[in-house]
Amino acid sequence: MTRKQRRLVLIGGSLGVLAVAVALMLSAFRDSIVFFNSPSDVLERHVGPGTRIRLGGLVKNGSLVRSDGLRVRFEVTDGKTEIPVAYKGVLPDLFKEGQGVVAEGALDGSGVFDADTILAKHDETYMPKEVADALKKSGHWKDDYAPGAALPVSGASK
Amino acid sequence: MIPELGHYALILALGIALIQSSMPIVGARTRDPLLMSMAAPAALAHFVFVAIAFAALAECYVASDFSVLNVFENSNSQMPLIYRLTSVWGNHEGSMMLWVSILAVFGAAVALFGTNLPATLKANALGVQAWIAAAFELFILTTSNPFLRIAEAPFEGRDLNPILQDPGLAFHPPLLYLGYVGFSITFSFAIAALLEGRIDAAWARWVRPWVLGAWMCLTLGIAGGSYWAYYELGWGGFWFWDPVENASLMPWLAGTALLHSALVMEKREALKVWTILLAILAFSLSLIGTFLVRSGVLTSVHAFAVDPRRGIFILAILIIFIGGALALYAWRAPLLKQGGLFAPISREGALVFNNLFLVCACATVVVGTLYPLALEALTGDKISVGPPFFNATFGPLFIPLMIAMPFGPLMGWKRGDLLGAAQRLLVAALLAAVAVAASFALAHGGPVLAPFGIGVAVFVMAGAVTDIVERTMVLRLPLHATLRRAWGMPRSAWGTAFAHFGIGATLFGIVAVTAWGSERIAEVKPRQSLEIAGYQVTFDGVFNRTGPNYRDVVGHFTVRHAGQIIGVMEPSRRTFPAREMATTEAALMSRGVSQLYLSLGDANKDGSVPVRLYFKPYVLMIWLGALLMFCGGALSLSDRRLRIGAPRPARAKVKPALQPAE
Repeated sequence: MTRKQRRLVLIGGSLGVLAVAVALMLSAFRDSIVFFNSPSDVLERHVGPGTRIRLGGLVKNGSLVRSDGLRVRFEVTDGKTEIPVAYKGVLPDLFKEGQGVVAEGALDGSGVFDADTILAKHDETYMPKEVADALKKSGHWKDDYAPGAALPVSGASK
Repeated sequence: MIPELGHYALILALGIALIQSSMPIVGARTRDPLLMSMAAPAALAHFVFVAIAFAALAECYVASDFSVLNVFENSNSQMPLIYRLTSVWGNHEGSMMLWVSILAVFGAAVALFGTNLPATLKANALGVQAWIAAAFELFILTTSNPFLRIAEAPFEGRDLNPILQDPGLAFHPPLLYLGYVGFSITFSFAIAALLEGRIDAAWARWVRPWVLGAWMCLTLGIAGGSYWAYYELGWGGFWFWDPVENASLMPWLAGTALLHSALVMEKREALKVWTILLAILAFSLSLIGTFLVRSGVLTSVHAFAVDPRRGIFILAILIIFIGGALALYAWRAPLLKQGGLFAPISREGALVFNNLFLVCACATVVVGTLYPLALEALTGDKISVGPPFFNATFGPLFIPLMIAMPFGPLMGWKRGDLLGAAQRLLVAALLAAVAVAASFALAHGGPVLAPFGIGVAVFVMAGAVTDIVERTMVLRLPLHATLRRAWGMPRSAWGTAFAHFGIGATLFGIVAVTAWGSERIAEVKPRQSLEIAGYQVTFDGVFNRTGPNYRDVVGHFTVRHAGQIIGVMEPSRRTFPAREMATTEAALMSRGVSQLYLSLGDANKDGSVPVRLYFKPYVLMIWLGALLMFCGGALSLSDRRLRIGAPRPARAKVKPALQPAE
């Protein structure tokens, strides 16, 4: 091989791999991105059933109902709108009524949000940032909610 | 008194760093040996003062001096000594102190061990190192001072976040920082080379031990963090593609690429400009990692505090160092003499292949991590880029890399023999095929692609063994001759084999546990049993237990296999009164390299408890593989070629007889 050919192989190969990487990223971006929505956003943006989203807000006081087989239902509110959420599994350590929560899943046909992952905050003074922002937007922010931490505590295992 | 001493020492350290960052570089430009010789003593003095500051902070924690705000907020006199010590870096201010301390250690190490470096290179590198130190010390002193006092000292501290009250905190952050900050050395050397406008194979030889050391620590740090998350968060996930984890993976990928390209540069004087760029990128990604984790742009358990001033300060450091380095690179890199080209089918070619795929894989992680931040800044839309994105991008780029990996070490420098390498890998390929068939036959369910993943992992492991077998000529020579060859083999060759085998083992564990792990989530009453993967787990009841600063509600479970009792598992719910917080303490039972994993929810009034029971097949191989990579790095580091550091042409002529061609 001449010097020129070697260089061509090197550059051509690099560009090829790079192109593959970009193509992979673009296709993955189309398919696997999950948007964050507050309950009001869900109504305003007309999020359809089956679209995977993250729903964030406060767990409405008095809405938590536990039934058999680890099934729970509760409502997520941002002060203006409420959306019922159904989840089956063990709730994360700091899940409480009146506290911030982020649920990942999709709406079913009847308007119930079917969650397969519940993210809760990891410290009693902290609240998921998305939830804090959503509450500020809807005017239900109180200054004693400090911003802070969320981590997936419950496995997405469906 | 002690905190003031620490504060004062830190200010002095900043002063010394400022001197160290200017004088030696001026000296290197004007060829003034006196100014250049200031670098090493300055680096040592800098280390001494940073060490005093760090020791002062540690003393405040150990003595539970709650008049110090930082101690009050993050410690508690009831905590055991080990957690009082580790909580030094279990918070924002303290972790930045740890960062700077490790930087000072590395600076002193270069000053001490770099005796055979050319004077100008050493002066420039230590100078650049001091810029970084000065920037971070200024950051600590102006925005995150850990030595601030409270006017009226409280009686008791607010306790450390319970999730961090774990032995993991003693190892994970320091190891990770050793890795991050270790890349600062290669960065400094790269900038020094650019400043001088000269670079040669010897440069790669000086830099490689530092890259290796940093890479080893980062490997162990990432693996340790992954294991910590696995047992602490209560649902047995080992990797979440969380931005904070990606922050440590990005420099690891760039560092791995750098490790391999520096090899080409050392042996063949090629890829010089590329290696410099990788050295800059590896540290830039470490800085971005620090920024992501510490600035509060991400919300996670790692973002200890959120203060916009800090974010802006770190962002400024980021822009100055990365932007400055890349600008310098654009300006000076064309001056560096280009190395030779080489045939695509050769050891060099294989290493370029490795670099290409590693860098592309790294780029997908960078994009997936930063895109949500960019989108939120630009449009206000909040999105999450989760595992599906990374599985669809990182995975396809990593698989060809894995398949190509065993070929690399079997190819010669300059001109390799692909067919020959393939023939020698025939046994490895056969083993892989057997593994694929066996996984299809034995495993039930799971994705169709999983057996092929196992096949690739076995191919990688068998390929690493093939390399050793070929070099030592097992079975072709008598045993004693084989052993002598094995003994005489350069340790770096053993290192390669260990590290590559480790990657295969990790891949094996990841594929097996993702594809064939099983779970049971249920509410159990006393005497009730759950079945999983042939194990029978019976719930006996709950009891209470008190620890130094927490209360445990412990579930007692008996585990049976084939009717025989093989042990008990005691997962618990742990409540920390100081913060009114509860954590889940999972119980693990190892069966070979597989594990049973049991975690508990809050007990119901009727005496039943919600439990999560997992069977994690081959899960321990994930971390054992990382341990092997670490050992490989250590073996490679102990190679005499690297210990000697600089080439010694006069003696090298006598030696080649001992070193087989590699």
